[in-house]
Amino acid sequence: MHERPPKVLVTKIGLDGHDRGSRVVASFLRDAGMEIVYTPPWQEIPTVVKLAMEEDVDVIGVSSLATDHLIVPRLMQALREAGLTDISVIVGGIVPDADEAVLLAAGVAKVFHPGSPLEGIAEEVRRLTGARRALNA
Amino acid sequence: MSATLATGVRAGERRAIARALSAVENETGAGADLLRALHPHLGAARVIGITGPPGAGKSTLVDALIGELLALNGRVGVVAVDPSSPITGGAILGDRIRMGTHQGDERVFIRSLASRGHVGGLSRSAARAVDVLDAAGYAHIIVETVGAGQSEVEVAELADTRIVVLPPGLGDDVQAIKAGILEIADIYVVNKADLPLAERAERELLSMIALRSYGAWKPPVLRTVASTGVGVAKLAEAIAAHAQSGSGRRAGGDARRTRMRRLLAASAADRLRRNIEQSSSAELDRLCDELARGELGHAAADLRAIEIAAAGMRKP
Repeated sequence: MHERPPKVLVTKIGLDGHDRGSRVVASFLRDAGMEIVYTPPWQEIPTVVKLAMEEDVDVIGVSSLATDHLIVPRLMQALREAGLTDISVIVGGIVPDADEAVLLAAGVAKVFHPGSPLEGIAEEVRRLTGARRALNA
Repeated sequence: MSATLATGVRAGERRAIARALSAVENETGAGADLLRALHPHLGAARVIGITGPPGAGKSTLVDALIGELLALNGRVGVVAVDPSSPITGGAILGDRIRMGTHQGDERVFIRSLASRGHVGGLSRSAARAVDVLDAAGYAHIIVETVGAGQSEVEVAELADTRIVVLPPGLGDDVQAIKAGILEIADIYVVNKADLPLAERAERELLSMIALRSYGAWKPPVLRTVASTGVGVAKLAEAIAAHAQSGSGRRAGGDARRTRMRRLLAASAADRLRRNIEQSSSAELDRLCDELARGELGHAAADLRAIEIAAAGMRKP
């Protein structure tokens, strides 16, 4: 068996269509040697849950630029209901500080704000992937 | 753990299927145990292979085809292979974003695989991923290759019905690629048939087919517009007709052994290549130096490298 690269779902839920950020992050993580399942914006929560389950991803990255981060707690709830508690969720984009606390309380692993170095995102994905695989081993 | 996983797969539990697919994809010990446990339950699914050059519209056609197959019966599994970067190993698994129509349908299970350096149009584990979906009771399993050119014919070994999808406008290029994927098709599809050059592509395919000899099944040439669904019902009919004709990968005897031989050659060669490229063996380094200095011929060096790699792979 050889070292398997992290498998990451990069997606956007809700009505906001500003997908430049998710594209930049997806491309960077790919170039960092990861396997990326990328979706266009406007995904519905059940679709994201089904996709994450079928692809057995390690981490879900949700990009949000126009208040869609407020529905991320519902995604967390749906993941729990599907038994996918071992998949980490990170959020990137425009998230006010007060909301960040809400997201973290809902189970989001980390929030990346504008200006976050891409390498820092990659590092966090690697860390979360390692933790998930150790848990499932 | 593989026993419970196998039970879950047989029961069609989606989470167990997903885990099982990861286990076989990553060639873990649990994955090998699992495949042994599932082996008696294989062979019920009809496997449909879809290949063709990049941009032919393979994923969009798969999306349209899923709908037709669901209308027929049962559940549909999809294994979609995307290329890994040969430089970083990274991959964007983007096929399934074009299969959005059935993304939320519980009767559909889509799994993306990265090719991970494997050449031939599939990934090392694609055949085993198909086995997992087969054991899980998916009546139809669609395998979509990476955008393939002349030599990526591996899907031919895997699928019961092989569909080669071509976009219009290849023109005389059809002649150029006829030696490759054009030889393996049971069904030809000219997709994007609303574009002006579609008729010409169809004509070229037909004249090519006229020059070849076939057995009981002569491949039809169909026109589709996958994005609107035009012609896709006809494609599903042709797939059913091909299944009725009795052709497929479950041929017995010699054909089966030949297929296994080719699969074995591909996977053994792959393993050997990885070992020779990546092993830290000082002996292999010395061998390369001797080869570079011209002290050793290529034929002798090949043999030596195979021996060193084989010895290395036997070590725990």
